[in-house]
Amino acid sequence: MPWMLPTVIKNLLSKPATRRYPYVKRPPFPGARGKIQFDMEKCDLCTACARVCPANAIIVDKEAKTIKYDPFACIYCGNCVDACPKDAITMDIYYSPPAPEKSQETMLKE
Amino acid sequence: MARTVIPFGPQHPVFPEALQLKLECEDEKVVNAIPAIGYIHRGIEKAAELNAFRNNVFLCERICGICSFMHALCYCQGIEEMMNVEIPPRAKFLRVFWAELSRMHNHLMWLGFLADSMGFESLFMQCWRAREIILDVTEMTTGQRVIYGSCSIGGVRRDIDKEMAQDIEKRLIMAKEMVDSDISPTVFHDPSLKRRTVGKGILTKEQAISLGAAGPVLRASGVPLDTRQTGYAAFKEIGFEPIVETAGDVYARTLVRLREWYQSTEFCLKSLSMMPEGEIATRVVGRPKGEVISRVEQHRGEVFYYIKGNGTNNLERLRVRTPTFANIPPLLVMLRGCELADVPVITLSIDPCIACTER
Repeated sequence: MPWMLPTVIKNLLSKPATRRYPYVKRPPFPGARGKIQFDMEKCDLCTACARVCPANAIIVDKEAKTIKYDPFACIYCGNCVDACPKDAITMDIYYSPPAPEKSQETMLKE
Repeated sequence: MARTVIPFGPQHPVFPEALQLKLECEDEKVVNAIPAIGYIHRGIEKAAELNAFRNNVFLCERICGICSFMHALCYCQGIEEMMNVEIPPRAKFLRVFWAELSRMHNHLMWLGFLADSMGFESLFMQCWRAREIILDVTEMTTGQRVIYGSCSIGGVRRDIDKEMAQDIEKRLIMAKEMVDSDISPTVFHDPSLKRRTVGKGILTKEQAISLGAAGPVLRASGVPLDTRQTGYAAFKEIGFEPIVETAGDVYARTLVRLREWYQSTEFCLKSLSMMPEGEIATRVVGRPKGEVISRVEQHRGEVFYYIKGNGTNNLERLRVRTPTFANIPPLLVMLRGCELADVPVITLSIDPCIACTER
C-alpha cells in the first residue's frame, strides 16, 4: 500500500505551499526583531546601549555627540531597546537588506 | 580480503555540516569507521571567557542554530543556580514552551533529513511544510525564526498574552493534524521506509549504556533516561515520562522522535494552559562566583554546561559537552558490519549536530 500517495495527490491538486519569493514577500509578524532605529531627539548619549550590546555594534562618542551603528555586526537581540532609559531606541520589524558592502550608520545629536 | 578506505564527508549531501567518517570497507561491507572532527571549530568557549557573563546568553545561543534556545536555557539555569536566583513561575512555563517548540521543529527537520537520506523526497517536503507552521509560531512569540533570544538570566524577555496563546493553540493543532494525516501513516506503515530502517544500525541496551549514548539514541535502545526527569524549569509541575523503544535500530529511533514530537505538542499546549499569571523576570544583581554544572535535555540528548565564575564580570571557564559528541562512539559501533549504502541513514539516525560538537 503506497501510504504517501494520498498526500501526493492532495498536493498535486492544491495550491503551492511556497511563495514566489522575492516577488511575493510574507510580511513579518508584529514584534519581529529587525533593524534598530535611534531617536536622537530623545537620546542623551548615556552609553547604556553600547555597554549592553553583545556584538559591540553601537559606538557612542560623547565628545563628537554621535552614535555609530553597524547593522552588519548587529545580532538583532534587542538588548539595547530594553536597556535604553529614555526609550530612544525602537526596533523595526524588517531586518536590514543585504548589501554589496558593509557600512555603518552615523547619527548626530543636534 | 583487501580493505578500501572510503572517505564519507566532510562534504556529503546528507550532512548539513562537516563531519568526516573514514570507512574501512571490505567489498560493500563497512568493517570499521574512523571519525574526523574539527572542521567547524569556532572557539566559542574561549570567546565566552572574554565576554560579559550577561552577554554570553546570546553567544551560547549561537553555538547551534537548531538547539539555540536549549543552550541559552542551560546557560541561564547554571548562572541562576550559581547566583541563587529563583525565577518567577510564569517564566518557567514560558521556558518549557519555547524549549518544547524548538524540539518540535528539530524533530520534524530531522525526520525530513532522514527521508532525504533514503531518497524519499515527498516525505522530506511534507515534514518541512509542517515545520514551517512551528517556525511561524516561533517568529510570532520571540521575534525571530531560529535564534529565539528570549531567554535571559533571571527569566524570559517576552510574554505571551491570552490572544496570542489562542492563535498559537490553533496553529499547533493545525501542525498536529498535518503530521497526523500526512507524515505519521507513512512512518508507521510505509514498507519502503521500513526496509531502509528496520534492523539497521542496531545498538543494544548494554552497548548504549557502556558507550555513553544520549538522548533518543539511548531511549531507542530501551534505557528510560531523560534529563527532563530531573524536573528543571516547569517539568516538575507538568509531569514527564520518557518515551522508550526497545529495538535499538534506526526505525526505533525514528519512532522515539515521532512520539516525542507528539509529546512536545502536548507539553506546549499544557504549558500555555497551566501558565500562572505574574512577572516574567526577576532582577539579577551581583556577579557569579563559584562552580556549577547545569544539564538540559536537548533534542539530541543531554547537554552539559560547566560554568566557573570568579566574582568578576567575565567567567573563568565555560565548558560545554553536547549530545552529538556523546553519540559518536555509539555511531561507530552501529556502522560496523553495515552495508555502504546504509551509512547515510545510520549516521543521520543519531541526528549529528557538528556545530554543537565542535563549538
